[in-house]
Amino acid sequence: MRNGQKIEKHLCEQCAKDEGIQVQQQHAPINELITKFVMTHGEGVVTAVKSPSCSCCGLTFAEFRQRGLLGCSECYKVFEPQLSPLLERAHEGGMHHCGKTPKRAGLSLDRQQRLMILRKQLSDAIAAEQYEKAANLRDELAGVETSIRPIQPASSTEGAPRREMPGERA
Amino acid sequence: MTTSTPTIGAEWLSNGPDSDVVISSRVRLARNFAGFNFVARSPRAERLQILELAQQRIMGSGIAPSIMWINLTELPPLERSVLVERHLISKQHAKGDEPRAVAISSPDERVAIMVNEEDHLRLQCIRSGLALSEAFAQINDADDRIEANIDYAYSPRFGYLTACPTNVGTGIRVSVMLHLPGLKLTGEIEKVRRAAKGMSLAVRGFYGEGSEAVGDLYQLSNQTTLGKTERSILQEFEGSIIPKVIEYERLARRSLIDRRKALFEDQVFRALGTLRHARLLKADEATMLLGLVRLGVTTGTITGVELRTVNHLLLITQPAHLQKVSRKDLDQAARRVERARVVRQYLGT
Repeated sequence: MRNGQKIEKHLCEQCAKDEGIQVQQQHAPINELITKFVMTHGEGVVTAVKSPSCSCCGLTFAEFRQRGLLGCSECYKVFEPQLSPLLERAHEGGMHHCGKTPKRAGLSLDRQQRLMILRKQLSDAIAAEQYEKAANLRDELAGVETSIRPIQPASSTEGAPRREMPGERA
Repeated sequence: MTTSTPTIGAEWLSNGPDSDVVISSRVRLARNFAGFNFVARSPRAERLQILELAQQRIMGSGIAPSIMWINLTELPPLERSVLVERHLISKQHAKGDEPRAVAISSPDERVAIMVNEEDHLRLQCIRSGLALSEAFAQINDADDRIEANIDYAYSPRFGYLTACPTNVGTGIRVSVMLHLPGLKLTGEIEKVRRAAKGMSLAVRGFYGEGSEAVGDLYQLSNQTTLGKTERSILQEFEGSIIPKVIEYERLARRSLIDRRKALFEDQVFRALGTLRHARLLKADEATMLLGLVRLGVTTGTITGVELRTVNHLLLITQPAHLQKVSRKDLDQAARRVERARVVRQYLGT
């Protein structure tokens, strides 16, 4: 407002920054939610900060709070107690997935974790030039991957059985 | 009257259903491969592995008769900006030197799959006009084909697992690009904004997060992805929200023509006059004026200019397209001259 007149300006991100206007950062919604959550659940946060980091990717909940991004699938399991209230707010009470499910049998999170650990060990072995170990790990990895081949022929995209999801409605 | 044939027009800027109000419909799915860290937590070697895996799966999936694979790290900055302006990659995906790519169905550019953006895969289908079901059907099919040979990160409780928990569940983002100059002129646009906010929808400008609604172009998209099926989200948009907005916009346009004809005509013809005679045009100014001309064309007030031409100009007056069309590297001042020249060429003087 200037001299009782409303002045409307359309600025690009850079110009807005130059004029000292705060530009919305990415993932503002989740960061905002996290901040609100922190303010209303003081005690919970202390627990969250002290909570163990993800056994798979090493991400801590504090790091997630800073960036708004999780590190791997396993994070959803490790941080489930802290994430649940956040998800409930972000998704307007939505707590369980309903909707499309993968056509394949899918992997349990334990197997996803096993794959991830094997892949990490393999890249570490290659980096350390431990080729024999790497070859063994590669075989092991191939074994895990083969055991989870599609339940339907790869060419088929129709008629695969679907698992009922919690909360899924017909 | 000149209405030159577009040379590098995007398919989503052709005239689809309800194109007087709806520019385009887009459906995006976020997916990650099982057994890898999410992108932000992946070292370079792992990102390369994901890139290779994605390339094999996407190129061998038969999702489109012809697919272009583009390694973004090998693409010059101008070409990356062209992809951003064509809504084929995000601004975030255009930046940086980490291994990442985009696969684009060619030549229609309806399907675009970003690899190693925030998630391993971001699959999108964009269609002209209001065509959300068609866009969903196409991207859902692409998703099935890719998933037939690889496991996605998925949990029964949380659904498709994504790097940012705001996308978890269905991983779906439904967006509709709307042209709402009528509601802007009647001052009712704020009501739409408030109503959208009340329904937890995001309202953004032409170029997504943080961008202003220049040219009265607004993007409306869902924000919740957990606890609702894809179908119910689509149904909410296509069956209820968007048709209402279209109806309000048409009513606003009608009331402007009926009650404030001179003012309305003055606005749209003044915009056309400026575009036909200007010698210097800034990008935002061109978009704003083209928005008004679009209003004139869709209401039949302006004749002799095709909607397709106006849509095409909305794209090729953007900075990167302008340089690509002109085949020249231009600084900001030179771009203003060139932009005005290109607009005059298309709209005739």
